[in-house]
Amino acid sequence: MEFLRKSLDKAKHNFEKGGKLEKYYYAFEALETFLFAPSTTAGKKGAQIRDAVDLKRLMMTVIIAMIPCLIFGMWNVGHQHYLAVGASATFMDKFLIGAFKTLPIVVVSYGVGLGIEFVFSILRKHPVNEGYLVTGMLIPLVMPADIPLWQVAVATAFAVIIGKEAFGGTGMNVVNIALTARAFLYFAYPTDISGEVWTYIPDKTAVVAGYSGATPLAVAASAIETKADVVTQFNQFGSSWGADGIYSFSSLFLGTQPGCIGETSTLMCLIGAFILIVTGVGSWRIIAGVFGGAYAMGLLLNLIPGGNAFMHMPAHYHLVIGGLAFGAVFMATDPVTASQTETGKWFYGILIGVFTVLIRVFNPAYPEGIMLAILFMNVFAPLIDYFVVGANKKRRLQRATV
Amino acid sequence: MGKFIREKRGFTIQLVGKASPTVKDLEMPETVVIKPTDFQGLYMPKVMVKEGDAVKAGSPLFHDKRHESVMYGSPVSGEVVEIKRGEKRKLLEIKILADRQIEYLPFRKYSISEILTMNAGEAKEQLVKSGVWPNLVQRPFGIIADPGATPKAIHISAFDTHPLAPDYNVLFKGQEANFQAGIEILKKFTSGAVHVNVHTSSEVPGTFSQAKGVEVNKFTGKHPIGCVGVQIHHIDPINKGDIVWTINPAGVIQIGKLFLSGVYDASRLVAVVGSEVKTPQYYKTVTGASVKKFLENNLSNDHVRVISGNPLTGENIGKDGHLGFFDLQLTVLPEGDHHEFLGWIKPAGDKKPSFSRAFGLLNFLTPNKQYRVDTNTHGEPRAFVQTGVFEAVTPMDILPTHLLKSILAQDIDEMEALGIYEVVEEDLALCEFVDVSKHNVQEILREGIDLIQES
Repeated sequence: MEFLRKSLDKAKHNFEKGGKLEKYYYAFEALETFLFAPSTTAGKKGAQIRDAVDLKRLMMTVIIAMIPCLIFGMWNVGHQHYLAVGASATFMDKFLIGAFKTLPIVVVSYGVGLGIEFVFSILRKHPVNEGYLVTGMLIPLVMPADIPLWQVAVATAFAVIIGKEAFGGTGMNVVNIALTARAFLYFAYPTDISGEVWTYIPDKTAVVAGYSGATPLAVAASAIETKADVVTQFNQFGSSWGADGIYSFSSLFLGTQPGCIGETSTLMCLIGAFILIVTGVGSWRIIAGVFGGAYAMGLLLNLIPGGNAFMHMPAHYHLVIGGLAFGAVFMATDPVTASQTETGKWFYGILIGVFTVLIRVFNPAYPEGIMLAILFMNVFAPLIDYFVVGANKKRRLQRATV
Repeated sequence: MGKFIREKRGFTIQLVGKASPTVKDLEMPETVVIKPTDFQGLYMPKVMVKEGDAVKAGSPLFHDKRHESVMYGSPVSGEVVEIKRGEKRKLLEIKILADRQIEYLPFRKYSISEILTMNAGEAKEQLVKSGVWPNLVQRPFGIIADPGATPKAIHISAFDTHPLAPDYNVLFKGQEANFQAGIEILKKFTSGAVHVNVHTSSEVPGTFSQAKGVEVNKFTGKHPIGCVGVQIHHIDPINKGDIVWTINPAGVIQIGKLFLSGVYDASRLVAVVGSEVKTPQYYKTVTGASVKKFLENNLSNDHVRVISGNPLTGENIGKDGHLGFFDLQLTVLPEGDHHEFLGWIKPAGDKKPSFSRAFGLLNFLTPNKQYRVDTNTHGEPRAFVQTGVFEAVTPMDILPTHLLKSILAQDIDEMEALGIYEVVEEDLALCEFVDVSKHNVQEILREGIDLIQES
């Protein structure tokens, strides 16, 4: 450590004003502050002591909260793979094949994203922001295991440049970066991120007879056509190819279902939510709002007679299928794109839940509602804040006339 | 009847080095300094002395160009040794070499009955010419009060919740008569009430509990509940066009002394505190005193920051510095100019205080643990990212994040609508402490206040 510190101090003058590598100061600074907390002290006047927490710590806490989802996701990729090809495998086999598919996506996501961040920090002469630490992990978790790596790279580049840097960098973006990446792929290369793409099946590998890679959301959406009961469909799913009970409520909750790498397990998302809420990093209001809004909307649809079969799926199923839990815990709580007032966070969360269910049930062309619901509410969050802040101003104005 | 206000929001920072309730009587400091920069709203001070002049305690040193009658007096008698100016000849400080024995400039003495019957104009005249007036601070803006104005109320916070704050039981012990006389004077200036705001959980000093003719309001809660701006917000908030005056009990006592004894008595007790002070305790000294004598053989460490005031709103004055005009506390903290290997990710255990539970997850189990904190910023400036935290440490119906953003955007209408009239630096100092993005919140706020005054 001493050695590291000394070599950094020795190299530093090259990057400082007037040095040979002055241009690259912020790149150097990012590396330096990554290794060592900076030695800056409080100003002459004002707060002479500062809270130990900083943005790096905050972002790191989110990453720690995502680790259960990542680990489970890797195992599940393998699990789904072996189910599809009809082979039995040990826990380690499943985990390793999952890691083999997942880690390259993580590497590409971080490599491309951080590379762009560094380039922009050099060009625009601002410090590298920590925001990408979280985004870089979120992007792989919302990708199918089988996604071509070049698409991950293109989507990441699009999201970071258009979604974030064009607006001024971390803290200034309007919509969630990771979801921008996913939405980009969804609309640019729909064949690779919709339909039955969720399970890793290598080319020329035979799948078991009768295999279907349809996700629970696809099964539920197809029930609209067939007018069959959704829960019955779930319970029967997989029995024809030796994957009995794959879509039972308990396995949906545990997450042994096909889907994006990190989003399948509601349980793991709840562990993440627990970490975020206990540390105070994520807003419990938003998380509770999304789950509550989705459940309430599901119940409301149950009450309406007639309509399509998806409407009559019991409301609690909405909370465990698709990416609702993952979106609620890790995407909706992004403080930059969410509503910034405490009251606004309730409205923001609840509306995300409501819209997710509405999109799922009434627009089967987009089976996953959470992504669009969050992006939609990202755009509307400033409007919610506008009204909440307006109410605050109004209270002050009314007081004055009394 | 006063009000009772209970507030849950806020955060009390517990630091090592609280003053023990002993008072040490030191001889006069060698030098005393008056810094015009301590007075917000002071406009182009006009110096009335030259280097080498002899002054008495209460002799005017300079006056405000806008309110020419308001004198800023010398706290001690002695010789003016230095008039320090900065860029564009801005007056920075006037240094006086203090006499061993203070000679006072005599002002008129009043009996208690005279004080009761005297009119506001006469009282003001005595206050402005003696140098005691600048104790009165006007809200909005936190500037020195305008003698021509009539405030709708006067507020006195009778407790301090800042980290390592002095105990007012020690500070103002035995000052009942002076305090009461000061209150009688203040009552003449306002059309409304004089509010004395006390904390419920601590023992209320007799000086305040026995005060007559005032509204006593009770507060309970964490810092910044002791900040007078927060208290005003709960008792009788400031609206556009309102004028409210605030004053520290030390100022009230000084006013009382001026009328009862006929002198500008700048003597006061000051708490010398902080983890790097060997024996944190109270010292008897005067306004603007040199801090050298407090620190002699009293520091446990050489690499320190000497702060006039408290760790949240104070000023780094250095080991040779002088106390600020309003400060009743001298804090010495370790300087934090060191790197920490992977400091941002290392588990902190319970070594660093933090409002956020992302650091020190279990800190809430030991709310009274005292920390040794240095001046490191623990991170670098970033854009606003985290939300909801400023609001959690600001016990007012104010949205600090939005207010600060409106100041950065220089949007005057928006600042006004979001309540800039109700706050000064100390009210939002805790936001600066908790901010993960390390903004200089107090500096930003003062820029906004300056901007709105010019508009």
